[in-house]
Amino acid sequence: MIPLKYYLILSAAFFSIGIIGVLTRRNAIIIFMCIELMLNAVNLTLVSFSSFFGDSSGQIFVFFVMAVAAAEAAVGLAIIIALFRNKLTINVDEVNIFKW
Amino acid sequence: MEQQTFLNILPILIVSTTTIATIFVEAFYKRSDNLIYWLSIVSLILTLIYSILTINVQNLNFSNTLHSGGITNLFYFVLSLTSLLVIISARDYLLRAKYHHGEFYILIFSSLLGMMLMASSRDLILTFLGLELMSLSFYVLAGYNRKVLFNNEASLKYFLLGAFASGFLLYGIALIYGSAQTTNILLIVNEFNNLLLKPLFVLGLVLLLIGFSFKVASVPFHMWVPDVYEGSPTVVSALMSTAGKTAAFAALIISFYGSTTSQVNFEIVAKIISYLAIASMLIGSITAIAQTNLKRMLAYSSIAHAGYMLIGIASANKLGMSGVIFYLIVYSFMNVASFILISLMENDFEKRISLNDFIGLANTHPWYAAIMALMMFALSGLPPFGGFFGKYYVFLAAIKADLTYLAVIGVISSVISAYFYLRVVVYMYFRTNEERKDIFHTSADNFVLVLCTLFVLQLGITPNLVLDLITRFLP
Repeated sequence: MIPLKYYLILSAAFFSIGIIGVLTRRNAIIIFMCIELMLNAVNLTLVSFSSFFGDSSGQIFVFFVMAVAAAEAAVGLAIIIALFRNKLTINVDEVNIFKW
Repeated sequence: MEQQTFLNILPILIVSTTTIATIFVEAFYKRSDNLIYWLSIVSLILTLIYSILTINVQNLNFSNTLHSGGITNLFYFVLSLTSLLVIISARDYLLRAKYHHGEFYILIFSSLLGMMLMASSRDLILTFLGLELMSLSFYVLAGYNRKVLFNNEASLKYFLLGAFASGFLLYGIALIYGSAQTTNILLIVNEFNNLLLKPLFVLGLVLLLIGFSFKVASVPFHMWVPDVYEGSPTVVSALMSTAGKTAAFAALIISFYGSTTSQVNFEIVAKIISYLAIASMLIGSITAIAQTNLKRMLAYSSIAHAGYMLIGIASANKLGMSGVIFYLIVYSFMNVASFILISLMENDFEKRISLNDFIGLANTHPWYAAIMALMMFALSGLPPFGGFFGKYYVFLAAIKADLTYLAVIGVISSVISAYFYLRVVVYMYFRTNEERKDIFHTSADNFVLVLCTLFVLQLGITPNLVLDLITRFLP
């Protein structure tokens, strides 16, 4: 059996890739995808802990996180579309009426 | 037994049924915005009355996940009262901007539901769900008028940074679950001493704190605050800055206060929180000096206020926690009134109110100028008003907990912040301008403003009434 440590390292790596993506990319949709990557890294952590402990509450939590991520995707894409209709860009550097 | 459980959580049930019912009303009736407005008001008043009547019945429901009664009902009361005040004054604002739709109230209700869940939850899963429900509604509310670029920009920034911060929060919860093997806050708190020895748990706690620091608008995740408060419709900023902060602090108090009662080694956590507090206070009050836009100034002041409240959490004693709750109550009324006064000067979503718009307000509209001056005095923490006692209690708690340096920095920061609050008063009373400013006031707005003023005065003159109530219900 693969030790828990490896799962945790993998999910921490995914989480870090997500953070770096959010901080470096400038396209709103790609930033959003990086955030989804972060959430899925958390899901991986939860599932591996849950299976390691033999405790189901972690897996239940994953379902909630997936539902929340789906809701977030719906709201987020709608916001991005609304912005695109007004501004014809989704580059976050060009969205700068206020100082970012 | 079962029936009692549902009676216990009745405030949540009222708000959630209203949310669902208003969605159907909106879907099946044309011109339903007024109906939804009245429906919302009635159900909020019911929630207010019920949560006060059952404040003495404390219970843990649904296998220790949902607390009811006591401090939770006090939070219900504050949250629904803030929402009620905002809804009452929002109607005229939205009608004036010709963007009055039923969805506004539905979104406010679903965010209120999320906030109430956060305040009552004793399980990290539920806290996370409540937080996300609140945040998702706020993302939409921030961009409420999708035709205005300001609103779009505010909501995009809020959404991207908010989702980023909830990623941190969630990872923190996952690590806490991994080290404690449970998500129940009460169980985690019992084991707090042993858990603190595990590096995984400490890391989880730090990530959780970072995630919460976004929602309470404190450093390090404070960059969104000025942009979002400035760009959102003003009534929405009023709700976000008060109820949103209250709910996030309620969740923080629940998670951290329980761990302080049972003689634990809280020092590491307290240290991190006090660094966040110092940075928030200083950054908030120093940056606010440079702002001429009123909403932006209030946003930076909101960061500073989050810093003062974090002092209470860091001092980790009973006085500190009740001081924070007292502060939150006062802050809600002060900020709602200030934002509503700003909204009265706007006739559409694109108007941005700067300091110059306040020149000579005392001559043209003496009553509004007086209320604004009173709110500014209260926000800066001058004695006869409620804001003073909020600060006084948290500073006192810090001194009792041997964190005197926090109280000293807090006082210095208050002195700095007095400059930009009192500048508004100077502009209103000591500068004159020929052109007459329009104030789009209605009796609903006047009612809200008078109510807020009375509460701020009452909390300043007899603070003990409320503080005793809070202290009685804290475990």
